[in-house]
Amino acid sequence: MASAVMENKTKRRFNFRGSLCMPFAVFMTLFVVLPLLLIVYYAFTDGDGNFTIKNWGTVFTDVENWKIIGMTFVVAGATTFFCILIAYPIAYLLSNSKYNKNAILVYIFLLPMWVNFVIRTIGLKALVNGISTAIFGSDLTSSAPYVAIVIGMVYDYLPFAILPLYNQMLKMDKNQIEAAADLGANPAQVFIKTIIPMTVPGIISACTMTFMPTMSSYVIANKMSGNTKPIIGNLIQSYFGSNISAISDHIGSVLSLVMLMIIGLSLVVEKAFDKKSNQKAGGLY
Amino acid sequence: MEKKMTIEQVNLALARKRKKEKALKIIAKVFVYFVLALMYAPLVYIAIFSFTKNKVAGVWSGFSIENYTTLFNISGNKIAGDIWRAAGNTIAVAVVSAAISVVLGTLGAIGIFYARRKWVRNTLEFVNQIPVVNAEIVTAVSLCVLFVIFAKMFGMERSFLTLVIGHVVLSIPYVVLSVKPKLEQMDPSLYEAAMDLGATQTQALFKIIIPDIIPGVLTGFLLSITLSLDDYVITAFTKPTSGGFDTISTYVDAQTAKGGLPTQLRAFTTILFVIILIVMVVMNIRSSRIAKTFLSKKEATKNVQD
Repeated sequence: MASAVMENKTKRRFNFRGSLCMPFAVFMTLFVVLPLLLIVYYAFTDGDGNFTIKNWGTVFTDVENWKIIGMTFVVAGATTFFCILIAYPIAYLLSNSKYNKNAILVYIFLLPMWVNFVIRTIGLKALVNGISTAIFGSDLTSSAPYVAIVIGMVYDYLPFAILPLYNQMLKMDKNQIEAAADLGANPAQVFIKTIIPMTVPGIISACTMTFMPTMSSYVIANKMSGNTKPIIGNLIQSYFGSNISAISDHIGSVLSLVMLMIIGLSLVVEKAFDKKSNQKAGGLY
Repeated sequence: MEKKMTIEQVNLALARKRKKEKALKIIAKVFVYFVLALMYAPLVYIAIFSFTKNKVAGVWSGFSIENYTTLFNISGNKIAGDIWRAAGNTIAVAVVSAAISVVLGTLGAIGIFYARRKWVRNTLEFVNQIPVVNAEIVTAVSLCVLFVIFAKMFGMERSFLTLVIGHVVLSIPYVVLSVKPKLEQMDPSLYEAAMDLGATQTQALFKIIIPDIIPGVLTGFLLSITLSLDDYVITAFTKPTSGGFDTISTYVDAQTAKGGLPTQLRAFTTILFVIILIVMVVMNIRSSRIAKTFLSKKEATKNVQD
């Protein structure tokens, strides 16, 4: 009874604070939701606005598209793998006060991020080509474009892999590691049985922070491969062009939706892993 | 076997252990500094070749500071003018879009947090996550499609405004996500107390809520600026169609597509890098806010996925 009265009292008042989200809601509807609905609309219509699924057929019967989508996964996968491979020990060392007394080294790792990434990528391209010409006599970006792309992506996304791992490792229980060592585990066992399980959330978030953006960052792919269409981001970009004037491209919309589905799928996979690691953690601590 | 060790033996074992640790430490340090060197190599490469005139990066043709002198000859050198104009545009877009993001995003976060209906809260939070998890290219083309329709329907061509809208879409979720934890930490009775003591709702908002969440708002602002400065994809699809408007990202891209970076840009990058270095050092001495900015960016993304 009393609570009902209270409820009435609060309900009677106009929710001023709640109403503050109106401009935000309008903005997001207009510039986030509506554009995506338009993409869906274009994916299922032809030039005259009639419903069709022909666009999907056009996309998926083209072997070239399948190749590009496949290579997107390869590039994103390889980038994620190498990022974690390099970032994991770096993050471990940075979080360890034995090697990094004050956090200053962390800033030094982040600093290049503040220079525009297009410029950084071009600098990297010049450097990579300079080295490969000196050793193999040819530009890496033209002789092995996919290798060059992965190098470019790893370079640009490494800080994004280091940070979540670093954060996670700061939270790591050092006593547990020492206990494992004292109880007779060899260094490999300590690593596999205590350090890795404790950093699984960090690994997962580092993976998503590198995997998802690498799939779509067509600029790096473009620059590192000399203007071919190596990954799905480039494919979408090439359909729309950066200066479209005609009403939008239906094929490009289909590809955008494919991209969205891939992202959705990676999120689902990530969530599944996260859940699993949480369950595991529940048993451990 | 080693039931009883003499003191010498213990010392020997300790010394061996220390030696091993020292070797490990050296290997670790070498690794860290090697990766660090790799990360800085492209920038150093650009910096080195900013002191030579050769058009091709990587070919040294004698020391010269001409790149720097022409870079600052803004009225006399077309490229220098273009570079500085692009830099000005980049900063203008970043500041304007960050300001809008902060206002809309902060109000949005407050509104979401105090929304009475659960579905309102959930829907808005979901919508807020879309630009974060979505591929930038999809966000960009979808906005582009919308703006093309606007142009057809209202004759509203893409302009500075559409570019700013694009950048607000990019950064607004991060403002909401950095303000939200501050709202959660807030003592809810303060607002009620202010109301009971006769404050109007607006007064309570500005005197109680806003001061309490200011750190989150600032983080959001810094994040917005950072995201906007570094953006290429959304810029390319939402920038003005006419007038050759460029930010640094699109300018560099267009120039390299035409063949070769203007040599002055190397000088520009070097100066930019040195400025960033100085700012970082100064800020680092004063506080660790930048690290927090980066951490919250990560945390923001993490929250979204939880």
